[in-house]
This record gives sequence, structure tokens and C-alpha cells, in this order.
Amino acid sequence: MRLTIPEHEIMTPGHLACQGCGGSLGMRYALKVFGKNTMLSIPACCWAVIDGPFPYTSVNVPLFHTAFETAAIMASGIKAGLMVQGKDTTNVIAWAGDGGTFDIGLQAISGAAERNDDITYIVYDNEAYMNTGIQRSSATPHGAWTTTTPVKHYKKGPKKNMVEIMAAHRIPYTATASVGYPEDFCKKLEKAKNTKGFKFLHLLAPCPTGWKYDPRYTIKLAKLAVQTNYFPLYEIIDGIHYKQTMKVKERKPIKEYLKYQGRFKHLHEDEVQFFQDFIDENYGILRTKLE
Amino acid sequence: MKKTMMGNYAASWGAQLARVQVIAAYPITPQTLIVEKLSDIVADGELDAKFIKVESEHSAMAACIGASATGARAYTATSAQGLALMHEMLHWAALARLPIVMTNVNRAMAPGWSIWADQNDSLSQRDTGWMQIYASSAQEILDSTLIGYKVSEKVLLPTLISFDAFFLSHTMEVVDMPEIELIDKYLPPYKPEYKMDVNDPRSFGALTDEQYYYEFRYKMQKAMDEAVDVIKEDGKEYEKITGRAYSLIHPYRCEDADMILVTSGTIAETTNVAVDELRAEGKKVGNLRIRVIRPYPKKEILEVVKGVKKLAVIDRNISPGYSGIFSQELKSALYNEVDIPVRSYIAGLGGRDVKIEDIKDMANDTLKNDAPNDLIWKGVKI
Repeated sequence: MRLTIPEHEIMTPGHLACQGCGGSLGMRYALKVFGKNTMLSIPACCWAVIDGPFPYTSVNVPLFHTAFETAAIMASGIKAGLMVQGKDTTNVIAWAGDGGTFDIGLQAISGAAERNDDITYIVYDNEAYMNTGIQRSSATPHGAWTTTTPVKHYKKGPKKNMVEIMAAHRIPYTATASVGYPEDFCKKLEKAKNTKGFKFLHLLAPCPTGWKYDPRYTIKLAKLAVQTNYFPLYEIIDGIHYKQTMKVKERKPIKEYLKYQGRFKHLHEDEVQFFQDFIDENYGILRTKLE
Repeated sequence: MKKTMMGNYAASWGAQLARVQVIAAYPITPQTLIVEKLSDIVADGELDAKFIKVESEHSAMAACIGASATGARAYTATSAQGLALMHEMLHWAALARLPIVMTNVNRAMAPGWSIWADQNDSLSQRDTGWMQIYASSAQEILDSTLIGYKVSEKVLLPTLISFDAFFLSHTMEVVDMPEIELIDKYLPPYKPEYKMDVNDPRSFGALTDEQYYYEFRYKMQKAMDEAVDVIKEDGKEYEKITGRAYSLIHPYRCEDADMILVTSGTIAETTNVAVDELRAEGKKVGNLRIRVIRPYPKKEILEVVKGVKKLAVIDRNISPGYSGIFSQELKSALYNEVDIPVRSYIAGLGGRDVKIEDIKDMANDTLKNDAPNDLIWKGVKI
């Protein structure tokens, strides 16, 4: 059987991620596929620390650490600088957390997407501001505990639908991915690498520290998120052609996904049902768009 | 070749002559003409650059930083609110030691909405680690852009070139455009020692603990110190090819002066005329224009003012709760060195015209008053 995940490693051990970090797995795969001819723009997020303190680095490609809201435009600026020097073939990735993407960085992402700048934007979504110690972001799901949405006032309302926002820009390639399905993720990385223009990958990256689960369950949760239809895997070409890349024959109940996570343990039966209904409704909407 | 042009276009053509490679900009009055002209220049193929039409000034500066980090020559222009929005990235550019050059058309901060001349926008950025130049003619805008890149690329600090809204941005003046062949020799392509390079992968701006950060700041200060001489040297070299001399300060009729007016921007040009008229009346006054406020030319200023009896500073800016900013800077330079009374005037905020008569009033007021004064509001209507 041919391996669909490149064997070579670019990222090195010795980085500073927590045990079981979905975000560090994501980077490992991204660099495997994108290779050495790649540059990274990383804003404030866990990865601003994970890469290692000065003078260390664990990514082995040029990395520019930038301000919270500038991952996308920093990548655009790097790409422009490379292009005027005849280095058009170098890939530029903006690699940001959900806070830097769904919240503070949204304006710069929208700008770069509208201009169709030739960069790949990857959000490793751990569904809260984990680097500052678990504060809610607009990617935090309904029902979740965070330090700014305590149990008495847990997050009400759904997470922002970033993929739809990006698709509405009619960018050439948008996709969801999960670290639980690395082959699917790597295929999408390959497509992004080979597509001109603005590419957006939304990677679900479970966080044992912030979600309050045993680190050994990272992959299990990353799979369950897909199997429950909480985080369906699909791609959108040119913002209009939707294709599911991982079909779920019979979706598992959401409580299977929630039960491992301390951040949801306060939810009563009726709130779990509310969550379930919301997921089914969302998936129903997505199904009408799938080709 | 001599051309008649607005101050704004002198900035555009300065950027073209500097062969900037990446431009990222956002419109704001009164700067907009600069980037409109550059859009034409790039679209017409007269400049081989990539122009990113960003969605905010914050992004404009971020894009310049990214481009500069790869070794490209980057340029942007802004005003007032736009410069304030960039503030975070101004620190970023300077601490990343990237030689970006930016034009800022000095405009008053809102509210109330004002598009007219006032230096509070750029002086609010004084401590970001950018070298700051205040130009007083269209010619100087163009020349400063070229000298700016040369200096910045040597000392690895960014340069901000500011000039007054409308009095200079939209006023036509004769500007001598240097031949591109001369400029290419003066300002060779930017070749940084360190840059983003896939063959030499490095991490830039990583998490830095107190073992290193403190020394980063020390090195930045050393670069600022070094810049004083570099600005002089590169100004002299520029004089050799164009005949136009630039330094950090520009004294006018100061040699035998009893009293010196300390000015900046377009007020300095008007002050030269006022000085001529006062001299004709037998009053021994001079005008010291501060062209560069960072690095601060303390030694150079002291050399000019050490023999005078009195100083008067005219500030088109105010640090609310204290006084004019050029005045504070001057007084801190004099302290421990010489004892000269300083009278400090605020004038022309929000674009209010400062006429020759106004300047003569301030000069005469200083001549007849021996007491220093930290804050005199010239012409305030109360």
C-alpha cells in the first residue's frame, strides 16, 4: 500500500507543545506536505511559543513571528517580497489559532482572500484562546466552559462559521480537516499547495489542556468530532462546489464526543439534546450544498 | 530635470527613484495622492514593484514588514488616524530592525475631524524606534526618501518622513528630479545580511526572555547613535551628486544671533522669511530648523545655540498636560549643558495658518521678555 503521508520530517522534536497537542500534529503534517521551500507567518497563538524561545526553532523553515491580527497580511507581504525577487515558487503559509482567525485577524484574512493573494491560511482550531489560558473565542462551541465562560454562564450560541465566511469570498480552495484523519488532511494540503490564489484550511486541533481531557484521547476526539457530524470533512472549490471528503454512514450521538471533555461536563440532558439538534440542523444545511 | 509638483507627488517620485519593490497602502486624506500616483507608476510599468492594496493601514505596515523581512525594499504612506492605527506595527518594524521608509502627511488627530496640518500624529510615534524626519519643502520630501533608504539600510532602523498637510502636500513647488543613473549608484539594491531564506531557515522575532531582550534594546539605541553620523555622511554624499545638502538640523542666520527660534516643518520656511525681516529691523535673530528628531541631534543643537541669550520654540503639536514636544526635547538637551531661557509657543494646531507676522510677534515677545515660559498659546481664541 502506498503511503499518502510523506515519510520525511521537517519539524523537529524538542518543541514546547503540551502532551497530546493537536496543533503540533497539524504543523508536522503541514510541513511534511509543503516541504522545505516554505515560509511561515505565525501570529500570537500557542505556536508562538511551541516553536521554541529565541534562539531555538523547531520548524526548520523560515518563520516570521507577527502580531495577533496580522497572520494573513504578513504572509501576503512575505509572498509579495518573494515574488519581486523572482522566488514565486516558495510557498507561504499563515498558521494561526482560532482567536487570531475567527476574531482579531478576521479583517486581514478577508482582505487577503478578496485580493486572492497566493498564500495558504491554516487555522488550527482548538476552540478558545488556549495560549493565554482558555478564554472563549468566537470559535468556542455552544455549551463549552472556558475561564471567561464559567459554568454558570457557559458559552451560549454556536461557533462562528468561518468556512462559510471564506467560501463567500469565492476563494479557489476552502477545506475542513481533522488531525484524526491525517491522510485526508495531507490530501487537502497537497491541493492547497498546488492551487494558485488564496487557500483556507480549517483544521480541528483538540487541546487536552483547554478541553479538559486525558491527552491520550486527542486522536479519538479528532475522529469523534467527524463521526458525530460535529465537524464534517469537506472541501469547497471556488466557494461554490462543495464536496464531502469523509462520508459518515451513521453519525454517532454527540454525547459520545462530549463525554470525554471536562469543558462540557456541566451540560444537562436537555442541553446535550439542544447541541445534538443543532448539529443535525447544521449538517442538514451542509448536505443541501454537497455535490 | 526640474518639474513643478505637489509635495505629495515628490514623495511618489522619491519612492520610484528609490526603486521600491513592494508598496502596501491604504487611502487617507491628505496622503492619498501619493499612492494614487504610485498606482499609476506601477500600472504603467515605470516601476517594477508589487502594490498590495490593503484593507487597512495596520495591514499596510504589516505587509511592508513581511516584504522587508524577505529582503525587498518596502514603502508605504499614511496620515494621522492611519499612522495611529499602525502603531503596534511601527514597534514591530523597528524591533525587527527592518529598513522600511514611510511618508506621513502630518494631519491633526480626530475628533473633531480635521484633515489639516498638525504634528501630533507622528510625534505620538516618537518612541517606536523609527528615525523621524520633518521636511519643509517638496524637494526635501523627494531627497529625504532617497537618503532615508540609504541610512535605514545601513543602520537597520525604519525611517518616517513627515510633512505638513496642504501647506506642503498639496502645494506646487519646483523640484529637481535627480537622474536615475546617479541614484542607482547612490542607493544600490538592498542586500541584508539576514533575511527570510529557505536555504538558511531561521525564526524571526521568537519568544525572547530577559536574557536577550534587554540587549536588543541596547543595540537599537546603538544603531540610533550611529545613525547621527550616517545621516550626516549620506547627506554629504547626496550633496556631491545633487548639490543639495541635508543634515539633522538646518540653522539659518544663527552664527551671530542673540536669539534663535527653534522650528520644524513648513513653519521653519516661514520663519526664515520672518528672520530676514527681523534682521532688517536690526534684531539679531536666527532660525534653527530641527529636521531630524530621532535620533535627536543633541550635540549638533548645542553647538549652534550655546552662545545665544534666548531661545524660542514654536510647536505645531502639544503633549496635553505638559507642553510642546520639540520644546520638551530642546529643554532636556540644554539641561546640564547650558543655561539659556526658553520660551515655548504652541501655534498652528489643526492647520491654523502661522503667518510671518505671527512668527515676528513670537520673536519680539521673546526678545522683550527675559523670563522663560513653558507654554504660550499663540493666538488662542478664548
